[in-house]
Amino acid sequence: MLQRLRENKSAQGTLLALPTTVWLFVLLIIPLILTLIVSFGRRSPDGDVIYTFTFDNYIRLFGYSTDCPEGQAACFDPLYVNILGRSLSLAFNTTVLVISLAYPLAYFIARAHPKKRNLYLFMVLIPLWTNFVIRVYAWMMLLRKEGAINIILGWVMNALNIPFTPLEMLYTPGAVLVGMVYEFLPFMILPIYTSLEKIETSLYEAAADLGANSIKTFLRVTLPLSMPGVVAGTILVFIPVMGTFIVSDILGGRQVILVGNLIQRQFLDARDPTFGSAASLILMIMTLIVTYFYTRKFGFGEEIVVA
Amino acid sequence: MTSEFAVELRDVVKRFITPEGNEMAAVDHVTMQIKNGEFFSMLGSSGCGKTTSLRMVAGFEWPTEGEVYIEGKAMGHTPPFQRKVNTVFQSYALFQHMTVFQNLAFGLEMEGAKEAEIKKRVGRALEMVQLTGMDRRKPKQLSGGQQQRVALARALVKTPDVLLLDEPLGALDLKLRKEMQLELKALQQQLGITFIYVTHDQEEALTMSDRIAVMSKGKIQQLGTPVEVYERPSNKFVADFIGESNFLEGKIKSISGNEASVFVPGLNAEVTGTPISEGLVKGEEVTICIRPEKIHIADREAVQQNMFRASVTNTVYIGVDTKVFVDAHGVKLKVWEQNRISRLDPKSFYTVGQEVWLMLMPENTLVLKKD
Repeated sequence: MLQRLRENKSAQGTLLALPTTVWLFVLLIIPLILTLIVSFGRRSPDGDVIYTFTFDNYIRLFGYSTDCPEGQAACFDPLYVNILGRSLSLAFNTTVLVISLAYPLAYFIARAHPKKRNLYLFMVLIPLWTNFVIRVYAWMMLLRKEGAINIILGWVMNALNIPFTPLEMLYTPGAVLVGMVYEFLPFMILPIYTSLEKIETSLYEAAADLGANSIKTFLRVTLPLSMPGVVAGTILVFIPVMGTFIVSDILGGRQVILVGNLIQRQFLDARDPTFGSAASLILMIMTLIVTYFYTRKFGFGEEIVVA
Repeated sequence: MTSEFAVELRDVVKRFITPEGNEMAAVDHVTMQIKNGEFFSMLGSSGCGKTTSLRMVAGFEWPTEGEVYIEGKAMGHTPPFQRKVNTVFQSYALFQHMTVFQNLAFGLEMEGAKEAEIKKRVGRALEMVQLTGMDRRKPKQLSGGQQQRVALARALVKTPDVLLLDEPLGALDLKLRKEMQLELKALQQQLGITFIYVTHDQEEALTMSDRIAVMSKGKIQQLGTPVEVYERPSNKFVADFIGESNFLEGKIKSISGNEASVFVPGLNAEVTGTPISEGLVKGEEVTICIRPEKIHIADREAVQQNMFRASVTNTVYIGVDTKVFVDAHGVKLKVWEQNRISRLDPKSFYTVGQEVWLMLMPENTLVLKKD
């Protein structure tokens, strides 16, 4: 039996892939199918699921409303479409901002003396030792009206004799953006660093040797060769930002509602799992579409793993 | 070409700080003049300063002291992209994200060349290295030898005054390397460009170079033509590093212009040789150097000077030569005998313990200063 397995490469492969396959099937495929079934159902008055086949939840999500003024039977309510759009644009802005902050830092670390690189990488990773939620709360302490930033600004303004009213920073879209950028920065720094660090010094020298100054070397050699890192980082940042609800919940309050918050509230507050399921699937489809077009253009950043 | 010399290093020193914090001179007061159109090699083992010297010509490193001149102009801190030299890197340093064509076009685009001109020049360069038709491939789709040619073409397409080659054949297998050596030499003669070639392979340096700088510990040990470096090594290091040598320790008994008589205690005899080092005097302790292929084995004593009795301790047949190891009064010597006759008959070999006479020609017996 063992002897036969030793000779049979394809059986070996199957055996090795089995645990993951079972895991994914039980914890991903089955729940997804259940979510799909529930999303076509209807909520009973006491919050249970009535299994039917109706597109009502999806129609509602895209703005069809029966709760209209002046006795109209149906009208367009942009509430949920706005939430979807807001999530998409926030994820986009976060990703762009994270890239523009992470790239220079990753470049700096990759070009630093090898002895110091580990220290810098360690410093990048330190925040990840603290719980995600606690880190978001820390931002609340910084941003709120009586928070650290306003206190320090107050001192400075006071010393300069400028009248100062504390800034309203918490519960704004800006606060959510800052929180998201902060939370996901390491996930962009690491892959970009990895791809930059792999570029051999002799390639920079070759570019210089062939007549390229440092700007041209960066644009023609460094940037293209580090794109796999940027792509991998984008996937690692964009997808979670699309779905997360903790940052917007804590730093956005009731002001900044994202798809994640919508789904959470449908399941917990509104007790409408059918609508929550529909929103979950739409979120997934939106993310897949964006990722699909993005990776078709730039690849998966697989060179990071392969090269 | 305004200057007689394509490249000149004048009293160049390059110091590095080692990881332990000590200062170390990788290149230690090196002066050399490389003529226009010359195939010049820097030869030495790793850490001898040859690559650092080359990198200072390319502009990747700047001298701590001294000055590098290219075409008579002091380079100072001129960056690499403003120097009229191009480098073929040991690792090839090809841009993996670009095709062969784009790799070659890169340097021309940096010059601001027009598209039509780029196409023409890239095509010609690829033809020169026999890679026509490969222009759309990525470097990864090429063999090691082909990648090496791309690296060469990428540097040559810029038509530099001086081409710097940093162990460019190091990664190739022996046969390909030998082919490329001859090809590089032919290319250099055809183009008339100055080549500065860094290698640790003495045979490679001898094969290709017009002149060789043998380096060790950051210093030039000898600078000369392949024949000079091999036939007249200026010290024991060079004699030992290039080819193989037998060394005998002795004391000068008498010396005249081109002949020195040295008493060798090991042989308990006087050896007549040619003084190589400057300023040798009577009574001085010296090292005698003689190449294994320059010792003749005779089976009886001829009436001649420089004949010594020895017994054979081992023989090794290696096809082209037979290596004969002998013991002369306790002094171990190696003698290479070319197999000009077929050795099919076992009797044609020396037997272990066989008594032979060794004959040293005075003009091949080099008397060197003791290190």
